[in-house]
Amino acid sequence: MRVSYKWLKEYIDLDIPVDELAEKIERSSVEVDSVIKPSEGLKKIVVGQILSLEDHPDSDHLHICQVDVGDDEPVQIVCGAPNVEKGKKVIVALSGARIANNIKIKKSKMRGIQSNGMLCALDEIGYPKDVVPKEWADGIYFLPKDAKVGNDVYKYIGMDDELIDLDVTPNRGDMLSMYGTIHDLSAIYNKPVNFDNVKVQKTSGKKTADQISSDVDSQIALTYKNRIVNNVEINPSPLWLQIRLWNAGIKPINNIIDITNYLMLKFGQPMHAYDLDKLHGNNISVRNAKKGEKITTLAEDEVDLDENDIVVADDRPIALAGVIGGIDTSITNDTKNVLFECAVFDPIKVRKMARKHVIHTEASQRFERGINRGGLDEVMENACQMSNELANGEVCDDTLNGSEFNAQPVIVNITLTKINHVLGTNLSSEQVKDIFERLGFDTKVDGDTFVVTVPTRRWDIHIDADLIEEVARIYGYDNLPSTLPTTTMTTGKLQPKQQLIRNSRNILEGLGLTHAISYALTSKDKANMFMMQKSFETNLSYPMTNDHETLRMNLVTGLLDDIAYNKARNVHDVALYEQGRVFYKENENEDRPSEIEHISVAITGSLLRSTWNEKAKEVDFYQIKGIVDKYLESIGFANQVEYIANADYPEMHPGRTADIMIHGHYVGFIGEVHPNIAKKFKINTTYVFDLNLQLLSNLHKTNQSYESISKYPSISRDIAILIDENITNNDILNVINKRGGAFLKHVKLFDVYNGEHVPSGKKSMAYNLTFQNKRDTLVDDDVNKAMDKIQRNLEKEFEIEIR
Amino acid sequence: MSLKDDLTKLRDDGLKNIENATNVKKMNDEIKVHLLGKKGLITKALRGIKDLPVEERPKVGSYSNKIRDDIQTALDKKQEELETIALNKKLASEKIDVTLPGDSVAKGHPHVIQSIIDEISDMFMGMGYEVLSGPEVEEDKYNFEMMNLPKNHPARDMQDTFYITKDILMRTQTSPMQARTLEKHDFSKGPLKMISPGVVYRRDTDDPTHSHQFHQVEGIVIDKHITMADLKGTLEYLLHQLFGDKYDIRLRPSYFPFTEPSVEADVTCFKCNGKGCEVCKHTGWIEVLGAGMVHPNVLKMAGVDAESYGGFAFGLGPDRFAMLKYGVDDIRDFYLNDVRFLSQFN
Repeated sequence: MRVSYKWLKEYIDLDIPVDELAEKIERSSVEVDSVIKPSEGLKKIVVGQILSLEDHPDSDHLHICQVDVGDDEPVQIVCGAPNVEKGKKVIVALSGARIANNIKIKKSKMRGIQSNGMLCALDEIGYPKDVVPKEWADGIYFLPKDAKVGNDVYKYIGMDDELIDLDVTPNRGDMLSMYGTIHDLSAIYNKPVNFDNVKVQKTSGKKTADQISSDVDSQIALTYKNRIVNNVEINPSPLWLQIRLWNAGIKPINNIIDITNYLMLKFGQPMHAYDLDKLHGNNISVRNAKKGEKITTLAEDEVDLDENDIVVADDRPIALAGVIGGIDTSITNDTKNVLFECAVFDPIKVRKMARKHVIHTEASQRFERGINRGGLDEVMENACQMSNELANGEVCDDTLNGSEFNAQPVIVNITLTKINHVLGTNLSSEQVKDIFERLGFDTKVDGDTFVVTVPTRRWDIHIDADLIEEVARIYGYDNLPSTLPTTTMTTGKLQPKQQLIRNSRNILEGLGLTHAISYALTSKDKANMFMMQKSFETNLSYPMTNDHETLRMNLVTGLLDDIAYNKARNVHDVALYEQGRVFYKENENEDRPSEIEHISVAITGSLLRSTWNEKAKEVDFYQIKGIVDKYLESIGFANQVEYIANADYPEMHPGRTADIMIHGHYVGFIGEVHPNIAKKFKINTTYVFDLNLQLLSNLHKTNQSYESISKYPSISRDIAILIDENITNNDILNVINKRGGAFLKHVKLFDVYNGEHVPSGKKSMAYNLTFQNKRDTLVDDDVNKAMDKIQRNLEKEFEIEIR
Repeated sequence: MSLKDDLTKLRDDGLKNIENATNVKKMNDEIKVHLLGKKGLITKALRGIKDLPVEERPKVGSYSNKIRDDIQTALDKKQEELETIALNKKLASEKIDVTLPGDSVAKGHPHVIQSIIDEISDMFMGMGYEVLSGPEVEEDKYNFEMMNLPKNHPARDMQDTFYITKDILMRTQTSPMQARTLEKHDFSKGPLKMISPGVVYRRDTDDPTHSHQFHQVEGIVIDKHITMADLKGTLEYLLHQLFGDKYDIRLRPSYFPFTEPSVEADVTCFKCNGKGCEVCKHTGWIEVLGAGMVHPNVLKMAGVDAESYGGFAFGLGPDRFAMLKYGVDDIRDFYLNDVRFLSQFN
């Protein structure tokens, strides 16, 4: 809500700069979205009077005006507005003026005729088109007759005001009004509220109840009041009222409608006015809509209704209750008799309806947040009295109450001890009482206890915690002490799984991989790829797009999306890892999926960049295997990892993929993404692995241990064998390790060759074996025996030839 | 000429030749061998000592030793000198362009949001908080109802939700971890002090300031005497650690259904230092987190005695922190994983 500073000052004595006031409101009440100074940035815009008017010789719509702007000579201005008229006071942007949107006005020629300025419409000096009254929408604006020629125009049209745009939280609906704002400022600045007390001065002797009856569902409208004002004269509102509205962002329409909007700003109570003569019959009801009913709103939208909607109706809906009126019964220039409505509509029902039809109005916003249930009569009095003053209406004697809720102040007890206990303050009883009284809460002190009577205008306050907030904000958060909690000692540490996750990230980053965070919501298709186990999908019930409708069941597709994103931007070397959850459902009817931590890597292009003296190597299976090996070794699985070729992943290269096993447990897979899948993702050759981090966390890890370094020398031997190409390194290692004897410390493959001089179907594998006796110097003889045994067994197991 | 004179001349000539030598090998081969070798002149001369009278022998003997030492010293000195020259020449020829780039080394980068979460976690662990993580697929009960947001509460509109079923949703906030931990915590064993970082989801269209997936860190402290002053001190400590001491912090009243009183914390705008700019919408302040004293209803619904226990809770957004701290102007950058973006953070 935009609060006018000028208007505020009518009710409270404030004399501080508006920015300071806004800062104070922000620190004490609600957020301030902005402070608006309507004339800011405008320059040389003055009151002018059109002295004469002649047609432009070369145009059928332009006029040449001589305009008195208070100088010795009139200014000649060419104007195209249809309503330009001799004698009128108008808004003149002089040469050198700056109007809305920072546009500068210069002398110019219009179709050959000199024009030394511009006559302005309201929107040209900064009022949005949607708040400019209809009569001024398509032409220049006429200032009041008493506007002084040559003066700045700002004060005549309310642009000298300053507006504080409040961003009101859901609990502070009371601040959506001048009334609420003033009461809060009164408490903050400790100044009295001088609110007026308007009463209907004269009634007509006619009765509302004679002219209309009502039938109200009090589930929909807790309170529902009507009063009729007869024989009104519909006119534009006086300028002061129009200014209040347009500065608040509301378009002035006519005196009766403007009164309802003005009172909504003043009290926060939305009202509606119906043209009594347009009602069908003389009974109105407040009820649920029926399926099939329709209404055309004031905004001229036709809305289809059903039983969940709430309406005011005669024999048809005439308003969406609390949201917007219908056009058929609206106040027009021909209206004679006005039926005012002042009600408390159910916040939830209003909210649901506004959301469903996407019609959010000033009224619905207020009903949703709640209104002052104790203030309706005052608002109705204001409306009727104003109708008399501004529209010569004859006010009926009575108000018809279709339903009425007797709103009572809430009494809340709180102790000084509790306040100081919660706030960490040392406030005195007098200080606290003073704060409550400044807020206008009647307060009785009974020992340590305050018995606080909260008026109905603060319907957000029910419990002692609410009162503590009032004390805190009025006392000032700035004035609270700053301490740290003192409790019995607690220790802070990561859970083992969290520690593993953090270590994993550090290790992979050390190995050259960059942490990516991708979207967990993905397409159905991608969610189901690279699966490590069978799982049902977890789907959103109302996804926004097909790209984000299913929870991922693998991390790989996210990384492939990332690689595609990079490739599309010409980044071809990508090495990413992701740590996050996948969502598995073992059976379809499970409520919630299991959320399993995974860690995954994808590399495309080269891990290292080519440099001037070193050519980069394209990633291959063995490079990414080296990474997963190092990673698993670092988290406690040294020498416990086994890779078993697996051709069955539909999304992986059948000849270049392996399951990763630890102690016989399947923990993940590694390999090259299937070329067809790579093509589908529009990416180059990519290697990936995906590991179930939850399993890694559960599996037993080798404790960090230390083995003393032997002082005895080791002996190293090489063995090269020619072997069938289908025999794997693992097969050979198994034999070597099994037969190598107690002193075999380490076996290292140092060459694999199957080119020239190697018969087809064979390959040459060369190993370096290291022997060491921890307790004695090893003799050649022992090593020779071990080597013989290894050789014999290799020959026995496989058809090999020692080279 | 006496033997002594011969020796003197040999020395003087030798020293002169050594002085003029330019090559170590040549010097050793020619001068050294010529004078001190087995058949060298000085060696030969020394053999003549035995022909001298007995009384002269010691004198001449010691003189000749001295001459031999002089020559050896000169040889050593010259050798070192020549070697130094040679080495310097070699080093000079080995000069490289030190401005050529170094070799490529594998180096990954942490994600900036993760770095901020880690920093916050470490800070709170240092103050004795547990770090807990909760489910991303959450029950309506924990995400909303137990956070004092019953069905149809208007504040539910503040958070557009991805529902999976009527009662199951993608959590819109990390706050459900307040309810979950409150429900489980055994207060007889001490206070509850925990933070919970994690991923949250909102039904928003992705644009520069909205992401359907982002992060939050929730924090809660509940004990018998936890005050709003403690909350203020904690938030000030956190924000000063994260953004630097030189920035001011202000607390403003706000509204969250699960705290009462509720506050939002602002930090002086980093970009303009509080003068007012586009980033802070000319207010000089940037909103960084929400907090408050845990609402008694939240405690009660979790089965905690709200008369005896109370405390504070806060929630903050690492994505927003990262955007503010590094001037990232599009939140989507955090989730698209452009290597050129990611590799700027260390």
